[in-house]
Amino acid sequence: MIIALDLRGVAVRRGGRSLFCGLSLSLTAGEACALTGANGAGKTSLLRAVAGLVPLEDGEIGFGDVEAGEARGGGLHLIGHQDGLKPARTTREELDFWSVWSGGDKASALAAAESLDLIGLLDLEVRRLSAGQRRRLALARLLAAPRGLWLLDEPLSPLDASWRARFGAMMQAHLAGGGLILAAVHDPLPITARTLEIGA
Amino acid sequence: MSRLGALLARETALAWGKGGGPLVSVGFYAGVATLLPLAIGPEPARLAAIAPGAAWVGLALASLLSLDRLFERDYEDGALDHLVLSPTPLELTCAVKCFAQWLATGAPLALAAPVAAIALGAPLNLAPLVFVCALIGGLAFAFTGGIGAALSLGARRGGLLTAVIVLPLFVPPVIFGGGALASYLAGLPWTSGLVLLGAYAAAFVALGPLFMAAACRNALS
Repeated sequence: MIIALDLRGVAVRRGGRSLFCGLSLSLTAGEACALTGANGAGKTSLLRAVAGLVPLEDGEIGFGDVEAGEARGGGLHLIGHQDGLKPARTTREELDFWSVWSGGDKASALAAAESLDLIGLLDLEVRRLSAGQRRRLALARLLAAPRGLWLLDEPLSPLDASWRARFGAMMQAHLAGGGLILAAVHDPLPITARTLEIGA
Repeated sequence: MSRLGALLARETALAWGKGGGPLVSVGFYAGVATLLPLAIGPEPARLAAIAPGAAWVGLALASLLSLDRLFERDYEDGALDHLVLSPTPLELTCAVKCFAQWLATGAPLALAAPVAAIALGAPLNLAPLVFVCALIGGLAFAFTGGIGAALSLGARRGGLLTAVIVLPLFVPPVIFGGGALASYLAGLPWTSGLVLLGAYAAAFVALGPLFMAAACRNALS
């Protein structure tokens, strides 16, 4: 399991434009960090760079003792704006598939559905879900297949106040279990977290 | 292993899914096979001469139809990110996607191919060879097609671009398969065409996923 995240002098360029450079951050087990910054500052790009989907212009990203390929191949979760859920499939089909694909199983998928109050929605097609329900389904992956590092892109935005609080408790439990969280946010996270402002 | 099994089930379900991928392909194929006699003329002798070739070209065109959905949907809705962030090598993931494409589109088309050939006037005893050629050819179409689909990710009108990239790669299987059928009808040795078709399919089953994975990574970055 990933127990550390180190960014050293990270720079990312997108579309010929330098988004940020010289970004450094060190997180250890049980720590969370909120990424803030204006729209277009590069929060999403930084999360995708940590996941290895976007190349670095400069600097390096380390995961403690875990080798980068191993960390990105099953050591971290990335929950972004695009949830990868297929509108024509049922909630159960999508949850079961992504649970198995991420290293969990159908039992862990069911447990995650219970925690996120999705049981009543399991037989509905994803297209029938509201934005908040759909986000809960995307977040269910985090619980269905435990991975050390959570990369979250605006995880709270479609959730209502009570779900924000409940998801806060889930993040707290993940940190208490030695997990790490890096989250791009506009509103403050409902947990104690360090802050890193991009493009200041 | 359960991971790959789950992926295969998902991909096949998506390819079969609502909107009827294989039905559309088979329907298109039936349309092409119906159009040909209308354009060329109904004389049975002339039609019988071109039947195997026409059935084979129609197959290649019908195989193009659902290619644009192979990677494009997963790319657009973010599922490709999650498929990449896994212990399963992306090459293997791409191979499973193409295999599912073959199960959902290639296999139904292979069943339709002998029907089309015979309807156009090919002799009945050609049917088994048409089926086998279509089954092997379909594998080649799925794995070469996957390369085109991955390369055109993110492009506007990607489906059209896919067709332009992929059609040259369809040339060898069309020649080998068509050649085997023509030789069989002429009473000449026909196995070499079939063997070359199999070799071409095997080469792209092995190499295609490497190109697809590289193209997917490039599209995501």
